[in-house]
Amino acid sequence: MDKTVNNKAWFLVLPVLVLVAFSAVIPLMTVVNYSVQDTFGNNVFFWAGLEWFKELLASDRMWNALGRQLAFSAIIIAIEIPLGIFVALNMPKRGFWASVVLVLMSLPLLIPWNVVGTIWQIFGRVDIGLLGYTLDALGIDYNYTQNSVHAWVTVIVMDVWHWTSLVALLAYAGLQSIPDAYYQAAKIDQASRWKVFRYIELPKMAGVLMIAILLRFMDSFMIYTEPFVVTGGGPGNATTFLSIDLVKMALGQFDLGPAAAFSLMYFLVILLISWVFYTVMTNLDKRG
Amino acid sequence: MSKRINGSAVVMILYLLFLMLPIYWLINMSLKTNAEITGTFSLWPQSLTFANYATILTDPAWYMGYVNSLIYVVMNTVISVAVALPAAYAFSRYHFMGDKHLFFWLLTNRMAPPAVFALPFFQLYSSVGLFDTHIAVALAHCLFNVPLAVWILEGFMRGVPKEIDETAYIDGYSFGRFFVKIFMPLISSGIGVAAFFCFMFSWVELLLSRTLTSVAAKPIAATMTRTQGASGVDWGVLAAAGVLTIVPGALVIWFVRNYIAKGFALGRV
Repeated sequence: MDKTVNNKAWFLVLPVLVLVAFSAVIPLMTVVNYSVQDTFGNNVFFWAGLEWFKELLASDRMWNALGRQLAFSAIIIAIEIPLGIFVALNMPKRGFWASVVLVLMSLPLLIPWNVVGTIWQIFGRVDIGLLGYTLDALGIDYNYTQNSVHAWVTVIVMDVWHWTSLVALLAYAGLQSIPDAYYQAAKIDQASRWKVFRYIELPKMAGVLMIAILLRFMDSFMIYTEPFVVTGGGPGNATTFLSIDLVKMALGQFDLGPAAAFSLMYFLVILLISWVFYTVMTNLDKRG
Repeated sequence: MSKRINGSAVVMILYLLFLMLPIYWLINMSLKTNAEITGTFSLWPQSLTFANYATILTDPAWYMGYVNSLIYVVMNTVISVAVALPAAYAFSRYHFMGDKHLFFWLLTNRMAPPAVFALPFFQLYSSVGLFDTHIAVALAHCLFNVPLAVWILEGFMRGVPKEIDETAYIDGYSFGRFFVKIFMPLISSGIGVAAFFCFMFSWVELLLSRTLTSVAAKPIAATMTRTQGASGVDWGVLAAAGVLTIVPGALVIWFVRNYIAKGFALGRV
């Protein structure tokens, strides 16, 4: 759409600007402030320069959390994207059942995150949960509070349960935009199912899939509540992802300086990914 | 056809089964007594009871959690959509200095990890005397909900042809009257979707709402930790509380079913 140049439009944006500045810029400045200072209590602060950043970059703590975080995000994307596409391809196209399926699939997306955690915490318990009980009955010594591999599997299955529908719904929206004529042409050419997918459906879904991958990456990158409720970051530090570690540092131990330095580096990563996301979005807007 | 097994249906049934089983288990547990939950293993309640729900709906310490959550969620939704409407219009219709940077900056706030903001929010709202108030949580959630609302609404508004605006101005409509009388009805579904998503994201968030409240505005998500008492966990009540938090989403989901993907993708599908 052709847009006219009009700098008075700033007045329309002003309320948003003020509100978001209040809830984003001021807090972020506080963080920057803490990241370069040290305190011995009583609100007396000393200039610490880049001390915290150096300490943090030299310590294993953040790198380990980052490593776990990246591994987690990579695994859930590797599972959720193909599974989501597969589900989308099998969803009913129209009619009453299409609506029912849409509603049922959306349900996990709308459950409060701590309740998602609670559901899986209960579901996986050997004594009272269906999953834990069944696994136990099958002779598998399943215990997500003691065994870190089991904890990982539980958290990953939980995330797949929680968010695969989102990928599927996005892919489904992409599929819906393909005109029937494309399929008819493929039929005349006697294209195989795989060829139809590879050369018609996948290219048409590419845009929404890119959104799906980025959204899943962003949201998994700041995951906090769900694994915290299920495992509390344990056993040991096995499922302590970036946000969990940060909250532990900032609100648990009240290490303001290191936590602030941690926050800023965390935020820079997010900024980078946001930029990729934005570029993808604007390219899509131009095409569409 | 009737003899052939439909592959798609099988896939969908398996997938939906996977989605529904944990939810079913929660509902199942909420209808059992604690003795039955811990004592025997049963796929459905042997002695059906609604006592767990009665506990929540009669104890103020419990139901006030829902009331508190609803209060700040509604406040947040109203604020977010109200300020996002004019801004989204500006982004969809005009070029202005720094518009792209601003739009990008909004996105970074949608993506910002709440964990980064938990501590500064706590200090900010404590220092202005808003700690443990509903408005504090409502404002804090604006961090991600205002950008979300702006992006979603912009997505809907770009679909409305600009000729409509121009015709209205030629007909002598002022901007305010045009916006309220003509434009808003045209994008009413977009407003509904934006409001729904603001409601949802504020409702599901726990970290910030828990950090910013202690007693007076304590959300239901934080209240749920109450079940861990000295005598062990009150599983039945915990499950019932969980089921009740799913209800608001389940109630409206039918109306927004065709827009779920669009909302999550920030209006870009």
